[in-house]
Amino acid sequence: MIEQFDAIVVGAGMSGNAAAYTLASQGLKVLQLERGEYPGSKNVQGAIMYANMLEKIIPDFRDDAPLERHLVEQRLWVMDNTSHTGIHYRSDDFNEAKPNRYTIIRAQFDKWFSRKVREAGATVLCETTATELVRDGNGKVIGVRTDRAGGVVFANVVVLAEGVSGLLGTRAGLREMPKPETVALAVKEMHFLPEEVIDQRFGVKGDEGCVIEAVGTISRDMAGLGFLYTNKESISLGIGCLVSDFAAMLESPSALLDAMKNHPSIRPLIAGSEVKEYAAHLIPEGGYRAIPQLFGDGWVIVGDAAQLNNAIHREGSNLAMTSGRVAAEAIIKVKSRNGPMTKGNLALYKTMLDESFVIKDLKKYKDMPALLHTNSSNFFTSYPRLMSYAAQNFMRVDGTPKIEKERATTAAFINARSRWGLVSDAVRLALAWR
Amino acid sequence: MNDAGNEVNRQARIRTGSLEKSPMHIVICIKQVPDSAQIRVHPVTNTIMRQGVPTIINPYDLFALEEALKLRDVHGGEVTVLTMGPPMAEDSLRKALGYGADRAVLLTDRYFAGSDTLATSFALSQAIAKIGETFGRPDIVFTGKQTIDGDTAQVGPGIAKRLNLSQLTYVAKIASIDLKTREIEVARRAEGGTQLLKSRLPCLITMLEDTNEIRRGSLQQALCAARSQVVKWTAADAGIDDLTRCGLRGSPTVVKRVFAPTARAESAAQIDTAEKGLQDIADELIADILTRRPALEHELAFNSGT
Repeated sequence: MIEQFDAIVVGAGMSGNAAAYTLASQGLKVLQLERGEYPGSKNVQGAIMYANMLEKIIPDFRDDAPLERHLVEQRLWVMDNTSHTGIHYRSDDFNEAKPNRYTIIRAQFDKWFSRKVREAGATVLCETTATELVRDGNGKVIGVRTDRAGGVVFANVVVLAEGVSGLLGTRAGLREMPKPETVALAVKEMHFLPEEVIDQRFGVKGDEGCVIEAVGTISRDMAGLGFLYTNKESISLGIGCLVSDFAAMLESPSALLDAMKNHPSIRPLIAGSEVKEYAAHLIPEGGYRAIPQLFGDGWVIVGDAAQLNNAIHREGSNLAMTSGRVAAEAIIKVKSRNGPMTKGNLALYKTMLDESFVIKDLKKYKDMPALLHTNSSNFFTSYPRLMSYAAQNFMRVDGTPKIEKERATTAAFINARSRWGLVSDAVRLALAWR
Repeated sequence: MNDAGNEVNRQARIRTGSLEKSPMHIVICIKQVPDSAQIRVHPVTNTIMRQGVPTIINPYDLFALEEALKLRDVHGGEVTVLTMGPPMAEDSLRKALGYGADRAVLLTDRYFAGSDTLATSFALSQAIAKIGETFGRPDIVFTGKQTIDGDTAQVGPGIAKRLNLSQLTYVAKIASIDLKTREIEVARRAEGGTQLLKSRLPCLITMLEDTNEIRRGSLQQALCAARSQVVKWTAADAGIDDLTRCGLRGSPTVVKRVFAPTARAESAAQIDTAEKGLQDIADELIADILTRRPALEHELAFNSGT
């Protein structure tokens, strides 16, 4: 036997770091295992970080966390092949003393977060993969085996923060391998540009940032989302679609990204940039119905590993951080009552999480994945095209009487989806959104 | 707490490792370098852009470290890793501890900034002497063949000269070590062949690449590495009195100019081979090459005629 810990946290992403930090800062003896060369080396995200959820863990994070820009403008675009129709929301209210959202670069942010974890007293081992959960005779998880020589390392509880495709939980049968229709594959490039150029192109200054998120023909009939985030000296540009769609349509993610980069609405924004990084990542998209059993004898699951991702609001890392923190707080409560880390006691984690925005939000949108994923070509191609048509028809002045233009627009919608189709899409969308 | 753990390990190794009265002490010098695979030169200023470039242990040093660990496994004793660099070089030392080194010393001081190979070998040799006084005189000092950022291969020999150690450079294999007679036999790669050399300890070895593969430390070693204290020495701590021999002041080397080689005008092209016979592919390829380099056709024709 190597050593006994109060808790082993598997993974050093957002959820793992939140859990390890919370546990260690309450004095628990924590071991965190990370397979990457350093925390953040394997972690990929857009990335937007929501301040509120990090504040609950590290209140003064703004003092030294590597933050890129705080967001003052959000653009939502619906695109066809040559145009985009958009809603822009920009507000000086976002230039507050403690801004609400930031762009971050995970490789840097996670290093910082991990340093906080170590400062809180946890032992962090990188380049160490947890390969197997070790159980006692009654099936309670009592530790993990790693890919390093030297046997088992024991703990009262194991926090599985191993990400969407982590093998530990699936191997142990605690959760299923994510199915192609419940995960998206997102690819992303980092386009480097001088700070001033980014400021000019997006009409921002100082630490202000702008975000564009886009749906439409860029995802080629598939359920998908494109994004463009401004960092200090770079632009994160990416697109993600369901894995099952990629498979069915035989599309390649990189070709999709290349096409998006050449879209006339995107191309000028990244012109002259230098691409320094290409990354890909699986994103849990199954929503509420895909959440696995979250706790058991000696273990809890947090973050992406638990499919805790809000695809509609494009929130992931804040759910990850919150679930990591809540799991840690539940563990601390159980420990403070001198309770064993049994399934019965760890159910507290689920109870606490159910009360948080994490589960409440996912529950609200529980029917959205099914809706968007089964009618993807309507929502991601037909409607964007129609919207573009309608907008252009409205804007273009060519001597056609307005009444004819309106009729043409209406006819286009009905031709594309039929009256019944339009009504049914509207009703189902409204129901799923409710 | 972990020092106690290290001490237990050390004692165990001394007991089991060898019957010699004094087990080996090996010092290995490493350098934290920017990963040259990811480095770029600024197009305008021609300076190396280090920002955001990850750092690694100089890859050549890992062959030396593994050789040191292997010798410790056989003969017992201790391996001390030494580096000179900024405070962040501690990362590379911690990594070396994770591979199984027993102790790490970081020589860090603003006086060392801007050191060339002369100043570096001076500072390192002083630190090695201090390590000798503090933790036991080293029998072998290892360095890598060279670094991937400086590529001079001068620091190892410089240390040997200053510490009056036998100098064994470009070593491909350590054939034997006899701690009683203090003799060492190595195979040294030289131009035109391999030299089999016999020398005496203490010596300095610069290890050739691809001579071994760095091990993966055990979980216990990884835990120790994560927790153990790295010994941090300033110039004064290392017993260096003459600061004029350190850093920029002690470095006569002058970099006259740094420049990026101009990019080649032509880039590689992919050939479409789908549903084509070998003959067609070859013909197309040759035709393509000849259109790109018309002079070649003439040369080939001329050569075939003679």
